[in-house]
Amino acid sequence: MSWSLLFFLLVGAVSLAAALGVVTSRQPVHSALFLLTNFATLAVLYITLDAQFLAAAQVIVYAGGIVILILFVIMLIGGDTNDFSAAQRAWSRTVGIALGIILLLTVSYSVLARMTGPSEETAAHLQGGTPEAVGIALFTKYVLPFELIALLLLVALIGALVLGRQQEGAGEGIPSVKANE
Amino acid sequence: MMLETSYYLVLAALIFTVGATGVLLRRNALIIFMCIEMMLNSVNLTLVALARQWGDLEGQIFVFMIMAVAAAEVAVGLAILIANVRHRKSINIDEINLLKW
Repeated sequence: MSWSLLFFLLVGAVSLAAALGVVTSRQPVHSALFLLTNFATLAVLYITLDAQFLAAAQVIVYAGGIVILILFVIMLIGGDTNDFSAAQRAWSRTVGIALGIILLLTVSYSVLARMTGPSEETAAHLQGGTPEAVGIALFTKYVLPFELIALLLLVALIGALVLGRQQEGAGEGIPSVKANE
Repeated sequence: MMLETSYYLVLAALIFTVGATGVLLRRNALIIFMCIEMMLNSVNLTLVALARQWGDLEGQIFVFMIMAVAAAEVAVGLAILIANVRHRKSINIDEINLLKW
């Protein structure tokens, strides 16, 4: 077994365990921290895939931005731990897991059925996803989508502002969700 | 020595499945939100792996765009959640049923 395979298996196992942790944690805060672990391991995998710029962007955007935003919202509205409660239909968990297994089999089959191994020549073409290479591609060939992304982010910013604004005369701010209420 | 692309694809399929199952199993809107982020990330992993296999940067550009869209989605989605908590005092999606027929 080569070192790269060993490393991949190690990082992949951590990533998968973190993904399972997101789904099974009772506290939303724990879920968010598992999600952070998952994002970090994916950044490591990006580096092994010659995508250094994306690894940095992954850490900055997901770990630094999105998880922090989710954590802020959890702190604002409180954790509703009344989740696995009796209100949930008894069969829904069984059906959910069964559907998940079917999905896994389908996706794995469709991914692996037509998979050919990596060809070393085409991979050598990729000069690595260094910030320089990605930046040159972004600002020459893909400059229009890049500008559209800027517009999209502006619209999302305004939308979030409008949705999150306090209504006139609404009073005392955000109520927190009490557990088991 | 290059690792086979199919390993990455299988890992991505596993993470995607865990995320999709989480959306089916959990009732907490915040956790469903995190599961959706996880699914987005697993698809990003397949794109990066295939970009390496074909020796093409386009997959990585695509992932960059997806990251920007995900950031926009998170901002708007969390704002909707907060607005909903103001009205209903709950983030259990079984109780968010105003649009349900």
